[in-house]
Amino acid sequence: MALDGSLERLRREGHIVVVGASLAGLRAAETLREEGFTGTLTMIGDEPYEPYDRPPLSKQVLLGLVPVDQTALPRRRAIDARWRLGVAATALDMAAKRVALADDTSVEYDRLLIATGVRSRPWPNELEAGLDGVFVLRTTDDAARLVHRLRAGPRRVLVIGAGFTGSEIASVCRERELPVTVAERGPAPLVGALGGVIGEVAAELQHQHGVDLRCGVMVTGLDGDGAGRLRRAHFSDGDTLDVEVAVVALGATRNTEWLAGSGLAAGPRGIACDAGCRAFDVRGIVCDDVFVAGDVARSPHPLFGYQFLSLEHWGNAVAQAEVAAHNMISPGERRRPHLWTPYFWSAQFGVNIKSVGVPNMADQILVSQGSLSEHRFTAAYGYQGRVIAAVTFDQAKWLEFYQRQIERAAPFPLPFTTVDRRTEGMRPVPAGFPDPSVPSHGPEVTVSGHSPTDQRVTFTPA
Amino acid sequence: MTSVALLGQILDHANRADPYPLYAELRRTPVVRDESGPYLVSTYWEIHSLLHDPRVSSDVRNLAPEARTVAGTYDPDLPPSFIRLDPPDHDRLRRLIMRTYGPPHTPRRVYDLRGEISGIVSGLIDRFQGRDRIDLVEDFSYPFPVTVICRLLGVPPEDEQRFHGWADTVATAIEPPSGTPEEQQAHREAVRDARHQLAAYLSGLIEQRRRAPRDDMISGLATEHGTDESPMSLPEMLSNLTTLLIAGHETTVNIITNGMLTLLRHPDALKQLREDPDLIFPLVEEVLRFEPPVQLLPERTTLDDIEIGGITIPKGASLWLVPASGNRDPQRFPEPDRFLPDRPDNQHFGFGSGIHNCIGSPLARLEAQAALTELVRRLDNPRLVEDPPPYRRNAVLRGPRHLAIGYDGIKR
Amino acid sequence: MRVVVDLNRCQGYAQCAFLAPDVFAMHGEEALLYDAEPDDARRTDVLRAVAACPVRAITVEGAGGRWTADRVGASNGA
Repeated sequence: MALDGSLERLRREGHIVVVGASLAGLRAAETLREEGFTGTLTMIGDEPYEPYDRPPLSKQVLLGLVPVDQTALPRRRAIDARWRLGVAATALDMAAKRVALADDTSVEYDRLLIATGVRSRPWPNELEAGLDGVFVLRTTDDAARLVHRLRAGPRRVLVIGAGFTGSEIASVCRERELPVTVAERGPAPLVGALGGVIGEVAAELQHQHGVDLRCGVMVTGLDGDGAGRLRRAHFSDGDTLDVEVAVVALGATRNTEWLAGSGLAAGPRGIACDAGCRAFDVRGIVCDDVFVAGDVARSPHPLFGYQFLSLEHWGNAVAQAEVAAHNMISPGERRRPHLWTPYFWSAQFGVNIKSVGVPNMADQILVSQGSLSEHRFTAAYGYQGRVIAAVTFDQAKWLEFYQRQIERAAPFPLPFTTVDRRTEGMRPVPAGFPDPSVPSHGPEVTVSGHSPTDQRVTFTPA
Repeated sequence: MTSVALLGQILDHANRADPYPLYAELRRTPVVRDESGPYLVSTYWEIHSLLHDPRVSSDVRNLAPEARTVAGTYDPDLPPSFIRLDPPDHDRLRRLIMRTYGPPHTPRRVYDLRGEISGIVSGLIDRFQGRDRIDLVEDFSYPFPVTVICRLLGVPPEDEQRFHGWADTVATAIEPPSGTPEEQQAHREAVRDARHQLAAYLSGLIEQRRRAPRDDMISGLATEHGTDESPMSLPEMLSNLTTLLIAGHETTVNIITNGMLTLLRHPDALKQLREDPDLIFPLVEEVLRFEPPVQLLPERTTLDDIEIGGITIPKGASLWLVPASGNRDPQRFPEPDRFLPDRPDNQHFGFGSGIHNCIGSPLARLEAQAALTELVRRLDNPRLVEDPPPYRRNAVLRGPRHLAIGYDGIKR
Repeated sequence: MRVVVDLNRCQGYAQCAFLAPDVFAMHGEEALLYDAEPDDARRTDVLRAVAACPVRAITVEGAGGRWTADRVGASNGA
């Protein structure tokens, strides 16, 4: 093994600190141990729980099929870590290699992994956000509060935002036979992530299942009664609606505030890192001892012109954590790039939606198998004449074929015939993504240009 | 372009006991045209890729007439069953079967058969008492799955014997033809006869169940309504039930027999299983990799040119995928020719992959797990009497015709 | 026991829902819902499901069996 002395020491007796004790943090810790790190490992998490899985929260947990506190993640192996749970990191001193914590203690590190993830974007009006009956859904505590309230049988639930989370919540409400209204600023549900053509199918699903779907409107205000309980919502079209529960599903914001002034290239779009998961500092120079993984990272992707991508994806968190951990304890020539092709799923209204690639970069879409009207189909997305993404509704077994087309930059429209090609699959149509200068409800993939210190908050797909 | 003359050798009964060296030779050219016409695909990733490729059709009607060696024996009087169709027809029929067979509508149909499965296994093994040798195929592997499938479908026990006979004959249709032209003709007629009798019997049963439904699959299919698509017609039911019957019959026989043969050839694995009964779950998967019940997936058709494995398969070509070879591909499985009962990451092709994956696989798994567990537990000092055993003619559904096993006694 | 399914890998083969119906359930034709901390009484069913998954998408902790420790979810691009 051609390890120099200092790396060998790090692997044997160094101190690695992981900030963020969720999926990415846990998988990174396991990988570190798997690959022979025997030093001290400290896991810091702001929630008082050991790592748990979040996707079930908006599905089986909210449905009441499984208890809210029972989604702890299985361990792949023992990690022998010092856990600092329920204590947020508050600052990073890169010169002193020290993380300050909310309880006024601090932890020194030899190598640091930042996996602080994202949190729900709160309702912007703080007073209204504080009303009893206004919820967000990101953590197990959020889910506990919401499931308790849904169980009580509110007369109507308002879901603000029809991205994936909002749509899944609406689906659960209908399955619980609760009246639900969904307000979406864009022209259709899921439009930011999958475009208008697929958005129409998503809208049809909602209508079919009895959702009162209102697109092209914003919720302009939430009223409470004298006791501070939510009573009514106001819409931008002048309408009002009596509601007892409102769930704010307006996307997520990155947990990077604690890094302000640290000198890292961290901002609202995340923390920039190289393909090897090393963080950039504000000068655009990579750090040797600070690594990033999961939802909070933005890293360049070779399939998409080396633009920086931020991915709020379960699979990305796992894959990037594994690469980051490997690279943290490996010499330069053995480091690996993080080349994960974006993969995503959502379950709503009894339909399994999966996507691969980056749909929201696309200009065109072609329904290559099945039919939109049957809600079972596979569609490919094209960008400047090549396949950039695909989505399936209940046709997941075909998706990996399209993944290979993306990875080999196959031409779009796909120049061949397939099984189950219908007339609608004969020619591509505009994919129907909303004007990128108008923010939608948080596409889960964000492409943010070439500069590591780019702090733009508008989405530009080119 | 190069071609090989290996398909003839693979189909040759003389090579049935050990086709694996032929597969290894085949893998030297992952995708290659055989002199007899079809393209053979023998390496793991290429097979995997084609099983998930929407340019590959399973619809028998897309097949050039001269390529229909296996398909030629199908019943011309019935519509193709779901395994010989593409989406959307395939998907519709498979969904209709799933409604009465599995999740989400009938999630416990197979699970709830565990008790019966274990009862049938015990009953068959009890009959080994007082002997010192059995033919596993005749005494166990053959009668077991057909009894299970009768229960699943709803064939009354008193009809099982008749049913068994037709099923045996109809199942031989899946073999590539062999013998003199006269023998082939006689075989075809025997198959047609059995098919007609089976169809007549099933029609009667379907009608009975339509009038007085019970908790079985035939009742489910016969009374299906209220879905968002048209229910199966009678000819569709007959075609698909026949397929389910053959598939549930002929493949499970091979899994169990191949499993026992493999265990008796690997005494360490057998000992390990005795000491750790949980090992049965990954072990059955390794049997499915090591000696898969379906060796070849013949007669799929390319709907367009497909570039793969360094060549272009032209549109309209007949494809023969060789999953049994993919399962031994060293590029995918470390030490592929070793039987490792707890092999990690065992994503084998024992049940295929993609939309045509074996619909009976959960049932086959339960059957194989129950059978091998009990055989290993109860047979005292089991040993092979003859190795290799005699094999059935069929190269597609490959397995021993007889498997003589000697033993010292039967435990309780 | 603790269970997690890599639903990126999952293609809806439904083996787990057939073999451990009290732990895994199909929601519609293809979407999978599951109990992430099933009762120990379901151990055998869970072991069956883990082994049967054609894409090795199920990770389980606390069920015994060293063969359950596959590095599923590893970054193979799928």
